[in-house]
Amino acid sequence: MPAPRRARPAPHACGAPHDRVLRRPPASPAARPRVALFVTCLVDLFRPTVGFAAVKLLEDAGCSVEVPAAQTCCGQPAFNSGDRRDARAIAEGVIAAFEGYDFVVVPSGSCGGMIKKHYPELFTGDPSWALRAERLAAKTFELVSFLTDVLGVETVTAGFPGSVTYHDSCSGLRELGIMAQPRALLASVDGLEIREMRDPDVCCGFGGTFCVKYGEISAAIVTKKAAAITETGAGTLLAGDLGCLMNMAGKLMRDGAEVKVRHVAEVLAGMADGPAIGEPRR
Amino acid sequence: MHTTSPRFKTNAHEALDDAKLQRALGNVPKGFIAKRKKVADALPEFEALRDASRDIKSHTLKHLDLYLEAYEKKVIASGGHVHWAESAADARAIILDICRKANARTITKGKSMISEEIGLNDHLAANGIVPVETDLGEYIIQMRGEHPSHIIAPAIHVNKDEVEADFRRVHTHLDPARDLTEPTSLLAEARGELRAKFLAADVGLTGANFLVAETGTSVIVTNEGNGDLTQILPKTHIVLASLEKIVPTLNDLSQLLRVLARSATGQEMSVYTTLSTGPKRSGDPDGPENYHVVLLDNGRSSMLGSEFEEMLRCIRCGACMNHCPVYHAVGGHAYGWVYPGPMGSVLTPSLIGVDKAGHLPNASTFCGRCESVCPVRIPLPKLMRNWREREFERHLTPSVQRRGLSVWATLATRPRLYRLVTRLAARSLALLGRGKGRFRKLPLAGGWTDFRDFPAPEGETFHAAWAKREKAGREKTGRKETGPKGAGA
Repeated sequence: MPAPRRARPAPHACGAPHDRVLRRPPASPAARPRVALFVTCLVDLFRPTVGFAAVKLLEDAGCSVEVPAAQTCCGQPAFNSGDRRDARAIAEGVIAAFEGYDFVVVPSGSCGGMIKKHYPELFTGDPSWALRAERLAAKTFELVSFLTDVLGVETVTAGFPGSVTYHDSCSGLRELGIMAQPRALLASVDGLEIREMRDPDVCCGFGGTFCVKYGEISAAIVTKKAAAITETGAGTLLAGDLGCLMNMAGKLMRDGAEVKVRHVAEVLAGMADGPAIGEPRR
Repeated sequence: MHTTSPRFKTNAHEALDDAKLQRALGNVPKGFIAKRKKVADALPEFEALRDASRDIKSHTLKHLDLYLEAYEKKVIASGGHVHWAESAADARAIILDICRKANARTITKGKSMISEEIGLNDHLAANGIVPVETDLGEYIIQMRGEHPSHIIAPAIHVNKDEVEADFRRVHTHLDPARDLTEPTSLLAEARGELRAKFLAADVGLTGANFLVAETGTSVIVTNEGNGDLTQILPKTHIVLASLEKIVPTLNDLSQLLRVLARSATGQEMSVYTTLSTGPKRSGDPDGPENYHVVLLDNGRSSMLGSEFEEMLRCIRCGACMNHCPVYHAVGGHAYGWVYPGPMGSVLTPSLIGVDKAGHLPNASTFCGRCESVCPVRIPLPKLMRNWREREFERHLTPSVQRRGLSVWATLATRPRLYRLVTRLAARSLALLGRGKGRFRKLPLAGGWTDFRDFPAPEGETFHAAWAKREKAGREKTGRKETGPKGAGA
């Protein structure tokens, strides 16, 4: 089913930065795309706020959001460790749980890339599963890319007082072509100033299991990234992948940097008033 | 060549601790990346050329036997000799034999990574023949008793002041008070030293960037002119190349040349592009009297038809390592064999065995920047993952990792159990990290917490919080939704 192109609301002009416009669902519920949220294991375990921010952004854009209960992980740790059999077993579970929806949306370029780019290759030589994997891949999108590229969202109605710098996580950038989209939406956030870091497209050194298998090399890479971040003087670091964010947050905190770290969805949804990643709960 | 790939982690540790090396490595991203981007952006058809280059190389590999035979015929017809070397030892023996027949005492060498691969210099020296590296970078590292740390910039790990010290140590016949502060003065000194060696050499050996089947031509691209002096002045010229350097036609060559220098050094063309076809003909003003081509296999033919065949498209531009965050961090020597960076991480296990080189394809974040700049579009992360799969199948993956994966996969395929475990984990970690929001130390997570803090979870899993929201929503059916609140906020 093609996604309905929704008219954009006029940019929200009035009021305090945290004011949000509540948007009514479209008149006909039948026209609302049924979107399944693939939460990702890291968001589920470490930062549910990102999941709720994704839900809010999707609902604001007129989607009917469901969270299939049978989801766990996309299988990327197994896939990238060479454990193809377990990766396939996990992927089969994901396909079965998600193939009945209009769209699958993932608040992560890495897990999104896994489903979109790697599931089909995981099942080469198995035509029936490969077909199902390709069908799922075709309707799976990273969150910000879905909002902009599929739904045509150009603005959000959130406010964020302060400066942010945006790191392009590798999978989102190079597997899914996500670079302009988050910046375009961030530009519509009231009060937000973007300060680009040097080399925003260079890896932060996370790399999944790489960061513990080769912790010392990973640390050397994130040290350079942390320097690029703090040089901007931005108060907040944003990115679209929780793994990268936890890596960079961990380094910035270890170094005593003042920069707050958040998933981009939190800011876009106007849900950035709670503690940042790694901050104590109030 | 001897390998230290099995001790990659130790190599990497030492490299990260080496302040001089780190200073030198700082220059890698500065120079190469911006220059490549500038020339690539300036050429509208650059991406189309990458496609064409990939297709030329893929086509050639599909018919490699045909093109190799065609090439051999052309070389012989032009008066040259072709020698087939199945292994590094075969190639060494063939080259030593040619040198002996030429009564060679010294042999000048253009830059050749294949010569590093077969350990040629040590072999020649052990047999009384003096190898002289003439590429400036190679000249420097030969002086230092080292190996290249980069396939096109072999001495990139060396700082200028170290070169000056080496020159003063070795060139003792020159005035000790001479001024070597400017890089150009180092260049002039090397040039002066090498000139006599070019003239005295009995044999000149070069590698080949390409071999053209259509004409039997070998092609080198250089920036210093040393390659030309190496192959033209001595009576005997040996071309040492691996099988996959073949391209069908001169037209194909011209396409590949357009992506090679742009991807490598950010030049539109290298300063010198030299084509040689056979020995000197009657009437030619110069050129070698004897022309030999040594074609090395050394494991490559077994990559044909395998899941690693695409690696044989590589044209050795070095763009993958120039853009690799791991290479930037540890440099080329840490990889422990001839070929560093992403291309080395795929090729080395193919050539020396994944049992020895298993670390290399694992020491990658899969950031994909290498693939995004590869002029022949080799899917390097995918090929590294293929190696990880071979390791996993052969039980070469560390057992801790295997067990961890197995537990994880058991949970991930049982959503109910998974929910239970993650809910407990989120709660207990959040409880432990309460007050701080992060951990400075965590058991079993030293790979992380030795270097950075570990953020604590918010407390409730998303799925638990979502279930509550859904339940509340059902109870309040009919009421307008007020927008979800963050579970942890």
